[in-house]
Amino acid sequence: MFPADLKYTKDHEWLKPAGDGTALVGITQYAQDALGDVVFVDLPGVGDAFAAGEEFGTVESVKTVSELNMPAAGEVVDVNAALADHPEAVNEDPYGKGWMVKVKLTGDLAGLLDAKAYEALVSAESH
Amino acid sequence: MSTTASELMKTPLNAAHRALNAKMVDFGGWDMPVQYPGGIIAEHEAVRTRAGLFDVSHMGEIRVKGPDALALVEHLTPNAVAKLAIGQVHYTAFLYENGTFVDDLLVYREGEQEFLLVVNAGNSDKDFAWVQQHAPAYDCTVVNESPATGQIALQGPLSIGILQPLTRTPLDPIGYYFFTHGEVAGIKCLISRTGYTGEDGFELYCAASDTERLWNAVLEAGRPQGLVPTGLGCRNTLRLECKMALYGHEIDDSIHALEAGLGWIVKLDKGDFVGREALLAAKSAPSPRKLVGFKTLEKRDIARDHMPVVLGGTKIGFVTSAAPSPTCGINLGLAYVPTELARIGGRIQIEIRGRAVDAEIIPTPFYKRTK
Repeated sequence: MFPADLKYTKDHEWLKPAGDGTALVGITQYAQDALGDVVFVDLPGVGDAFAAGEEFGTVESVKTVSELNMPAAGEVVDVNAALADHPEAVNEDPYGKGWMVKVKLTGDLAGLLDAKAYEALVSAESH
Repeated sequence: MSTTASELMKTPLNAAHRALNAKMVDFGGWDMPVQYPGGIIAEHEAVRTRAGLFDVSHMGEIRVKGPDALALVEHLTPNAVAKLAIGQVHYTAFLYENGTFVDDLLVYREGEQEFLLVVNAGNSDKDFAWVQQHAPAYDCTVVNESPATGQIALQGPLSIGILQPLTRTPLDPIGYYFFTHGEVAGIKCLISRTGYTGEDGFELYCAASDTERLWNAVLEAGRPQGLVPTGLGCRNTLRLECKMALYGHEIDDSIHALEAGLGWIVKLDKGDFVGREALLAAKSAPSPRKLVGFKTLEKRDIARDHMPVVLGGTKIGFVTSAAPSPTCGINLGLAYVPTELARIGGRIQIEIRGRAVDAEIIPTPFYKRTK
């Protein structure tokens, strides 16, 4: 449920470093489950730069809306355009086809949680 | 939201929901299923095309019985109770003197002088106190039957076909907003052809201790036809598409019955009732605001409950309920706007997280079933 090769935020985003200075960003299994059926993902444009923790978009479900916060400082180099027609990919495959943006990292990954720490956080939130 | 699950009230189906892996939420102090693993959209579609089964045991039931029962219910509600036949139900409200809402409710006429009032869960205690407060002048008993009563709602076009094999009571002769008593799966029930989804269906009231058996029997009988358990999430999108009011949203103690578009439940000529004078006055001096339906024009613009309606940077109203509509495929909402702007095709703006987006006033209900 929480892949070991990802880094996590306490706001339930994940970041997957590619090893070339870029990283994919999305929301976690726990986050998609809490949102329910996702119907729209509002994403930034390529070239937009964000500080760590800054809001970069929103994800809308039938029931509610949630902000997307950037796990680490970076510049957007790609967005998942497929989500425009298939937002349900966020529910079905949050760590795969449901990725949201690809960023060129401009800072460090300090403050992010590893899978074990994130799992502990989620476990505490759901009890 | 600091309430923990252990402090929440539970319906007799709480364990059944957990066994079905429902996602449970705090709904007005009740631990209720918002959805099951299929999700809100799939559940919504099941009710529109097949059938869904809801736990509505959290609703409140108040029985009024005795020589003055009719007079009391007539006094407390604006609809014409005397016109109800035994075995008939109508939608109505409890109003304050100023015409605003204590709650909305269903009135079941069980006998010449016996009525079952079905009220919202979150208002149940307030409603019971309201009826009790007015009762001393009338010769009748008022009993809160909520804790002893379970209720499930089978909703959707296949409902009658699913339910009929479980009961010897002929269901087809029960008209919309009529009810009878009978046995379903061997369990004594009040069988009511009513609902809050805009589809055909039945609401079944039974003893709290029988609710889980009834729920399982109906669910099992309907599975082969595509019946699924359905939660409060789709209940909200279903009722919104049909413009059915929800207390705390379209109606509350600051909105009167005529503004809410509920003039059809207000029978000013039936004689006196609480709120009548205020509504008479409101009728001769129409309200400056009106409830309208709208859609936002862009797919990304999804309005939500309680967002401001704006025009030229000024707040002119508020959204009562809004959501992406699973049936209509557009982003819908209901809002109070100034009466002079409340015309079909008119443009308003909704302020979504600081951004004013365009919306168009469109006809309601957004969805109506083909009979």
